[in-house]
Amino acid sequence: MCATCGCSDSGVVVIDGEAATHEHLHDHPHPHDHPHDHTTHDHDHDHGEVVTLEQQVLARNDLGAARNRGWFEGRGILALNLMSSPGAGKTTLLVRTITDLLTDEDGRGVAVVEGDQETAFDAERVRATGADVVQVNTGSGCHLDAEMLARALQVLDPAVGSLVMIENVGNLVCPALFDLGEAARVVIMSVTEGDDKPLKYPHMFRRADLLVLNKLDLLPHVEFDVDRCTADARRLNPDLEVVAVSATRGDGLDDWYDWLDVRGGRRRPQPVPG
Amino acid sequence: MPESRQWVPLTPIASAGRRLYNEDVHEMAITQSVIEAVAERSGGRPVTRVTLVIGTLSGVVADSVRFCFDLATSGTALEGATLEIVEVRGRARCRDCGDEVELPDFLALCTCGSADLEILAGEELTVASAEVAA
Repeated sequence: MCATCGCSDSGVVVIDGEAATHEHLHDHPHPHDHPHDHTTHDHDHDHGEVVTLEQQVLARNDLGAARNRGWFEGRGILALNLMSSPGAGKTTLLVRTITDLLTDEDGRGVAVVEGDQETAFDAERVRATGADVVQVNTGSGCHLDAEMLARALQVLDPAVGSLVMIENVGNLVCPALFDLGEAARVVIMSVTEGDDKPLKYPHMFRRADLLVLNKLDLLPHVEFDVDRCTADARRLNPDLEVVAVSATRGDGLDDWYDWLDVRGGRRRPQPVPG
Repeated sequence: MPESRQWVPLTPIASAGRRLYNEDVHEMAITQSVIEAVAERSGGRPVTRVTLVIGTLSGVVADSVRFCFDLATSGTALEGATLEIVEVRGRARCRDCGDEVELPDFLALCTCGSADLEILAGEELTVASAEVAA
């Protein structure tokens, strides 16, 4: 009995398409055991055939993300994927950051891709800072994918050496699965959301590079244990960096800017001397 | 404010017409990706069965994919196809004691108490095969 193709049940021909036509566009692990060697089957039936794909479901998105990543790197652009639940303060942090960067004469240019299901409210807020912005409305879609970003970048046309901030659709679940080609993933979480979010949404926190705890100014009014939240997030992701800020009042923003500096995200790249 | 920073008009880049179906959950987008992958390989012939491998740690809920599958395949070469999902349970190797343990979630510990686990299985999200009508 062949578990993969069911050939002993219904009389089918196994075509191992992987060797013949499957283009290996990327490396992926094969953590499961193959139950048998497909190539040894040679049945002669004409009731149907099983096409073996053994292909990552998200292969297409991952390929698009790789293209975007190369596109960014070729232009010396630092791209950040900002993710959070709705209302965590992504746009407020973004507006504050852009305002500070644009008034810094050594600051990088900033361009923004705004993802929301509907409306251009966020793009309007970003536009008011003077930064270039494109709004992507996903309709009922709950996340941005690599192809949407590629199309947005065509319109946005960010300058060489700039910082591109991608504000994903407000959602702690789906955006975690879709690589956009960003250099780093930033999860923004507000203290009003409850300190149990990392354990409730482990995928998002596992795949993040930085956790920004926002609305620090409201901490005295809510039950939120910063240490517990940080510890839980690091149980999922020991490499996660954490900064705590108030995007409205300004607390902790230096830590956020320091993180950006380390990534080369704030200052314009300096010409190599000589 | 530097003069070069212009406002780019709002462009509905990815709204109507890009997708055939709504993506209320990411499982719908996942299911769409499955359909695209299979359709690319089936050459337009009707598909009667699709086999997916979904790990319990993959972030994709098998039941949601089942729910989305009939909806998303309607009107495609995969319409009416049987969906078979092979669920792979999370498994890890402890870097401290070397044992292999079940990993029901990312926070589980080894029986020796260690959290230093290397995930061996459970993150799969692959299209294994499709059965195409002759």
